[in-house]
Parts: sequence; C-alpha cells; structure tokens
Amino acid sequence: MSITALSFDDAIGRYEPVIGLETHVELGTQTKMFCGCPTVFGADPNTQICPVCLGLPGSLPVANKAAIEATIRIGLALNCSIAQWCRFARKNYFYPDMPKNYQISQYDEPLCVDGYLDVTVNGEIVRVEIERVHLEEDTGKTLHVGGATGRIHGATESLVDYNRAGIPLVEIVTKPVVGTGRMAPEVAKAYVAELRDVIRTLGVSDVRMEQGSMRCDVNTSLNLPGEEWGTRTETKNVNSLRSVERAVRTEIVRQSNVLSGGGHITQETRHFHEDTGETTSGRSKETATDYRYFPEPDLVPLAPDAAWVQELKAALPELPRVHRARLQKDWGLSDLDMQSILNAGAVELIEQTIAAGTNAETARKWWLGELSRKANETGVDLAAVGATPKQVAELQSLVDSGKLTDKLARQVLEGVLNGEGDPAAIMAARGIEVVSDTGALTAAIDEAIAANPEVAEKIRGGNQAAAGVLIGAVMKTTKGQADAKTVRELVLQRLS
Amino acid sequence: MIKETAAALGAKIAAREVSAVEVAQAHLDRISEVDGRVHAFLHVDAEGALKAAREVDAKLDKGEKLGPLAGVPIAVKDVIATKGVPTTAGSKILEGWKPPYDATIMSRMREAGLVMVGKTNMDEFAMGSSTEYSAYGPSFNPWDLTRIPGGSGGGSAAALAAYEAPLAIGTDTGGSIRQPGAVTGTVGAKPTYGGTSRYGLIAFSSSLDTPGPCARTVKDTALLHTVIAGHDPMDSTSIPQPVPDVVAAARLGATGDLTGVKIGLVREFSGEGAEPGVMAAFRDTVEALTKLGAEVVEISAPHFLYALPAYYLIAPSECSSNLARFDGVRFGLRVGDDGKRSLEDVMSMTREAGFGNEVKRRIIVGTYALSSGYYDAYYGQAQKVRTLIARDFAAAFEQVDVLVSPTTPFTAFLLGSRTSDPYQMYLADLYTIPTNLYGGPAISVPCGLSEGLPVGFQVMAPTMADDRMYRVAAAVESVAGTLTPPAL
Ligand SMILES: [Zn+2]
Repeated sequence: MSITALSFDDAIGRYEPVIGLETHVELGTQTKMFCGCPTVFGADPNTQICPVCLGLPGSLPVANKAAIEATIRIGLALNCSIAQWCRFARKNYFYPDMPKNYQISQYDEPLCVDGYLDVTVNGEIVRVEIERVHLEEDTGKTLHVGGATGRIHGATESLVDYNRAGIPLVEIVTKPVVGTGRMAPEVAKAYVAELRDVIRTLGVSDVRMEQGSMRCDVNTSLNLPGEEWGTRTETKNVNSLRSVERAVRTEIVRQSNVLSGGGHITQETRHFHEDTGETTSGRSKETATDYRYFPEPDLVPLAPDAAWVQELKAALPELPRVHRARLQKDWGLSDLDMQSILNAGAVELIEQTIAAGTNAETARKWWLGELSRKANETGVDLAAVGATPKQVAELQSLVDSGKLTDKLARQVLEGVLNGEGDPAAIMAARGIEVVSDTGALTAAIDEAIAANPEVAEKIRGGNQAAAGVLIGAVMKTTKGQADAKTVRELVLQRLS
Repeated sequence: MIKETAAALGAKIAAREVSAVEVAQAHLDRISEVDGRVHAFLHVDAEGALKAAREVDAKLDKGEKLGPLAGVPIAVKDVIATKGVPTTAGSKILEGWKPPYDATIMSRMREAGLVMVGKTNMDEFAMGSSTEYSAYGPSFNPWDLTRIPGGSGGGSAAALAAYEAPLAIGTDTGGSIRQPGAVTGTVGAKPTYGGTSRYGLIAFSSSLDTPGPCARTVKDTALLHTVIAGHDPMDSTSIPQPVPDVVAAARLGATGDLTGVKIGLVREFSGEGAEPGVMAAFRDTVEALTKLGAEVVEISAPHFLYALPAYYLIAPSECSSNLARFDGVRFGLRVGDDGKRSLEDVMSMTREAGFGNEVKRRIIVGTYALSSGYYDAYYGQAQKVRTLIARDFAAAFEQVDVLVSPTTPFTAFLLGSRTSDPYQMYLADLYTIPTNLYGGPAISVPCGLSEGLPVGFQVMAPTMADDRMYRVAAAVESVAGTLTPPAL
C-alpha cells in the first residue's frame, strides 16, 4: 500500500474505471415462482411454505406464468430481445437457506438479452447496455447464532426462514460500462434509480431497496488508459441509491491505492458497509465455486409466443424517460428546472399534486420551496417529508379561494408536517381563518380610528402612507387573520 | 383368494361376494406368512389398509358405484411419497421420514379405492438392478429365494410373485419396472414419460423417471395404468393429453389377433451376451406372434449400442443434483450435530453416513460429469447420443408399429454374484435403457422359462402409443400364458 493515499480525483486522473451492475428484483407476484405459496413480506418465519418451496423429496416445481410475463415486460422496457425458446438451469451449491441445495435459475439461455437503458447524468445521456435479464428463485434467510461474525463459520446454531425461498427474482445484468470516467459513481446511481423507476412504472415490484426487494451488486475495475481492463471486484450489500454511488467511489479510491502502491487487485466479493462507506473483503473468487449448471429437467422449456410478446410490448405503459419529457413539455419547464425536480425526487409528487387540482407552477413552488427546505432540514426524502400531494393541493385551493393567506397557509402546512391532519381540519382545530367578514373588520377599523385620531387626520389630509399604523392595529385586534390588503382598502375608503 | 387377478377381485368386491376388508386381511395374512422369507416390504401398513378397505365397503353399503379396482390391495414402491406413511427410498438417509403429502399417483389410487398394504423394498434411490443396494437388505425372488428379484423395484415384483398383492407400483428410470417383472414372471409397464405424474416420486433422474403399473396379468396392469395416468398440473413435464385406452387395447390383444400389426426386431439386440435360454424363449414367442397374423421385420437402431454409456452419464448427473437436498437440515437423518460442529460438517457427516456406496458412486460420477471443463465431453455428449437414439426410434416407428426384444439378457441371477462388478450389474438394463432415453412406453410380459426361471418379453411403442404396446403384450400373454411360481 502506498503511503501517499490517492484521492478520488487522483484516481480518476490516473486510471479509467469500468463498472458493471447486477441487480436483483423480487417480483410482486401473488404466489411464489414454482409453487402456490403467498409472497407477503414480514409474515412469521416458516409460515409461507409447502413441500415444493421446502424442497421436500418428490416435490416438483411448476413455473409461475405471471412471473414470466413480468420478466418479459422488464426485458421489453429495457429494449431487450425476448428469447423464442429458453430453459431454466440448476445452479448447484450447498447452503442451508437453499432448500434443494440448488437454485433454479437461468444460465446460458436467459429470457431477455441485449438491451439498454439511457440515463441522464449532469445533463448528459449515458447509454447503459443490458447483457441479460433472467428469472430465478430467491433463497431463504439464515440467521447464524453464536460465532463472532454472524456468518456460517463458527456459528453454534443456525436458524432458517424459508418464507422467502422461491419468491421470483429477476436478475438484470449490465454489460461493462466504460468511458464514464469521474462520472462512474453517478452513472451507477442514475442507472439503478432509472431501473427502479422503470420497474415501478411496470408495476411488477415495489422495488424497495431498504426491504431488500431490490438488491444491487456493483462490479468495479480500474485500468491505465490504453491498457486492458483490470481485475474486478464485486461489491455486495449495496442497499440504497446513495450507497451505490459511494460503493463505486470507494472501490475506485481503494483499488487505485492498491495499484499505485504496486499491488494487484484480487478477484473477490467485497461487502459494503453503510455506516463507514468502506468495503471489506468477502470470499475470494480465485477458487471459484463450480456451480455445475445444467438444464433443469423438472421444467419444460419456455417458448413465449411471439404474438403474446408483441401484445405485452404494445401494452407497456409510458416509461419514465418518455413520461418525464412529456411532463416537462406540459409543465412548460426548462431543462434546468426539470433537472432540479428530478434531483429533488419530486416528479411524482408534483404530478400527483397537479392531478389533485393545483396548477403546475404552484405545485412546483410548494415542493421545491417550502417542502424541500423542510426535507433538507430534517434529512429525509421529499416523499417522506410528511405532506401528501393531496394535502398540498388542498392547502393551495384554500389559498386560491381566499380562505387562507400565504402566511396563514404556511402555518397550516406546519400543522400538516406535524401530523395534525389535513389542512381544513387544522384550520378548524387551530382556529385559523381569514377575517373577511366586513362587519367585524369595520368594527375593528372604527376602533383603530378612534384610538388614533391624529393618524386618521393625516390620512384624511391625503397622507396614505400613514395608513400602516391603523392597519397594524387592526391586524393586532384580529390576531393576524385579516387580509392586510383588504384592511388597507377599507381604512382608505373610511377616511376618504 | 390371493391368487385371483385384480380384475376378478375388484368384480367380486363390487358384487359384494367378498368384502374389501376380507380381501385386505387375506393379503395381510399372506404377507405375515411369507414376507419373512421374501422381504418384499419395508413397511406394512395393516392399519391403513384395513381402514381404506372399510371405507370402500362403507361406500358400497351406501350403493355408491366405484371403479373396477376399488378394494383391491396394492403394494407401493418406497420411492413414492405416501402421506403419514414412512417413505425411505431404500435409504438410511430417509429412515423414519413420513411425508406430509401424497404423490399425485397415490391420491389417484386412493380416490379409485385401491387399498395400500405397504411400501416395497428397492435399491437405494432406485439405483440398482437387484435390490441388493437397499439399505435395508435385499428382497428374494419367490421363484428361487437364493436369487435376486430384479431391481430397483424388486420388492414390488416379488410381492406380486409371492401373492402378497395383486397390484404394485414401480418406477422405471432405466428398467426398474421391466427387469424385475421379467425375472419374477410378472408384468411391468413403463408408460410414456410424462404420461404418469412424477409429483411425489423421489427423484433419481428427473428426465428419465417414470412411475408405472405392475401386476400378474396384462389386463390388470392396464387397469392400474388407467387409474394413475393422465395430466397433472403439479408436474410440468406431464403431458396434457388424454390417456390412451389401454384397457380396450389389452382386451383386443387378448383375442389373439395381430393381423396388420408390424413388429420390429432390433438387430443390435439379437442376442450377443444374452443367455441362450432367454433368446430361445424370446424367438419362440416372436414365432408365435407371426402365427397371430403379425408381420415381423428386422430393424437397425445403431445408436442403441451407446445407450448404456449415455445413460450412465445422464442419470448420475441428474442424481448428483437431485440428491443434494438430503443434507440433514430439513428432514431425515442428521449426524454429528453436537452443538459444536459446523453446519457444513453436519451436512457432510450426514451424507457420509446416510448414503450407500452405489449412491455415492453415482453422485461422484455425476458431479464430475457436470463439472466445468468436462460438461461438454460428458453430459453434453450424452445428450447428443440421447437425441440420436430418439431418432433411431422415430425412424424405426416409421416402418413398424412396435419394437420387441428380450427384457433383460439374463434370468434372475444369484444374490451376490454381480455386486462386486458394477458393469455386470449395469448390463441387466442393456435392453431397457434405450426406451428411457427416448421417452416412449415399454412393457415386460412373461414369455416362458429358461432353466426353470422366468423370461421377459419387451414391447416398445412410440410416445403416447401406450395402447399399441398393451395390445401386443396381451397377445404375447395369450400365447405364452401366465407363469405360476413354485409354492413358497
Ligand atoms: Zn411453497
């Protein structure tokens, strides 16, 4: 290891990164991949199991058509070719959370191949090529008790929950992404974000990284300009968009330091640690497991009917990229404005606020202004800030109808963010309302004139600027609930 | 009563001439009497059998109309999952395991009112041709208790020959139904692959395993075939087509008229390495068939000679993966779990203790054949041979309706005579394996004796032409007759 540690900028100055991403997405089908068990998240351990997903002797898998359809739709959305004929394959290795000690997956005959996904980074479009999209079954979850590391080695007891075993899992593998230089970490993040949006748009998974329904492995290697690609590492346990970016950045810096110190990169699996942002060495792939893949004899080959695939293609929803372009046009926004909405993660929120009756400009103002500020202050995603698009739309409609002033609206929003309820309810509970009843206002104005005869005289004499004192007095009496503009008009009218 | 056919017993039960309980009890008594010497059974379920028989009788009391086999006892090979009844596949690794579910064919048999008397012995995980690889000791051939009853389904065949049950279930991966049938003088049919559901059949080689019916007559075999066959949505490789009318075909064949039927003799199986007595009985039967009107021609199937080596790559490869689940984690035997050893050690010790040598041999061969760098040369090459064999069959069936051969090159051999040389054991399946690689149906039917021991006649037909096979088999039976073993 070199004594003068290289920074990210140093690393990029010296080496060219090549990245690759393998993303696993748990499909949101009603039942598992090869049996009829339900797929609900969070059920008690080993309550969603049967002879098939437990791999009991004699049981056989039957492929879930809904999962195949979802995979084909993902493939189509990623511009892939759909195989006319393909097979499942067995991936053989022993592990207690794999009921059969082989995983039904796909090997050299994936369902979808050769696609791409365009992502925008800093206003630049980067095309990430997709090598394959295939379908497989998830494993169970093992909890190793005892032992220092929580891993299988040294554990005194292992508990296995097979609820997850057999849930359909789609693996999306990119081709190596080259030539992105210092943008590599952002490209990785943008790709995963875009992929997540595409899959969410298709409605085939809830793609929640924090719950593990979307999981990412990041491959990284470095090479000197003009030389062959370097040895890559595979970083696992990358469980958020932010981590995807950090994992690539961390690996680039780490590998550049190893290489510049004269060392060599070991082909291995590395684990990403969310807390420190570091990666640590996992199992070495130099003694790679031989998975002894062979075609799964328990399942007939898949031969998706061309007409059916065509139907699925025709029925694809508007994909995020196209959708965003249309919104930008509809909303009349510049590229820069649209980019800031994207960066804030506000597209859907604004869209839903508009759908609830607010105009585009006002909806954008709320979400990028007051609410973004609040989200930044509390360090949460905008979507989790505490106000819904419906509540924002309601708030704005109260302003538009004159029931709230801008200032009062912000007070009500405060209540919404505190979880006090919907805007109208908060107004009632807090007694917030615009005093528009002229009778009550007139009384307050008369009171103010009587209390300030000299000021009233000045105004009568044509000094309109003096009205401020009377307006202030009226606002005080009405506890700020009067509309200042209306008060001013009434005062001037009264003293003209 | 125990010597009656299943068809006759079923008719008597339906006619209330005898109760299902009496029939079950008679067979249970016979099992008590002779199974100490035959060892056809690994588990006798007297209680379950009598309960099932009482249910049949109760339904008949209510005037319900039941199928032709309602109340007839059946012995089931121990590789078929039976809910709540021990199922070991002849292995120590599954000792005491009671499946929480029934195999599809088991459910169908229960629905048809068949009365399961017990689970029969077999070579461990159906790997063998003599039952000598059973972890629970061999079965003995009722024709001569010093000889093997065939394998892997020797228990089912021995149960039939010893009159312990009139019907039995076997499974055929390379001949495990037909070869035991041949050496015990009983009938055994391997249906078209996919014609009978594999759901609940503990897998040896998934692309070859086929459950099928065994009995002492062709008609009984066809009746049982009808009960268990047909599409099953739980088995993706099951064929979604109607079951051919095999019972009608058997009746037709039994009339002794084969006019217009073209029979092919496989030149490559013309007797090299086969016992002269076996070839003599076979040729006499072919001769008799021509007298029934059949036209006999010789057919060449050049790739059949490569069937044995291809089989011994494909079957072990699939078994190396299928048997990976036996690790002590979820069911069956667990060895070495002392709270200190690692999970990997426990898995390894369980497999070491739980599997017998022949099973280990095949797992090792299969693991090797699937290894990266060897796959193409072994597994890949074997699959190509498989395709060529299927083409040989297709070409043959353009010229003839069925192919025939002896079922196995030799009659029941002496216990212990072939266990030291796996290749000698593997030769028992020389004539049966090609059909498994092709996927079509094949049946073994008795065709006489050689030096006092039964000889089997094999009829092979195109896929889903199981009816054609039954027709010719019934014709063979009409000329060769059924065989009666000496009294035990
Ligand atoms: Zn299940």
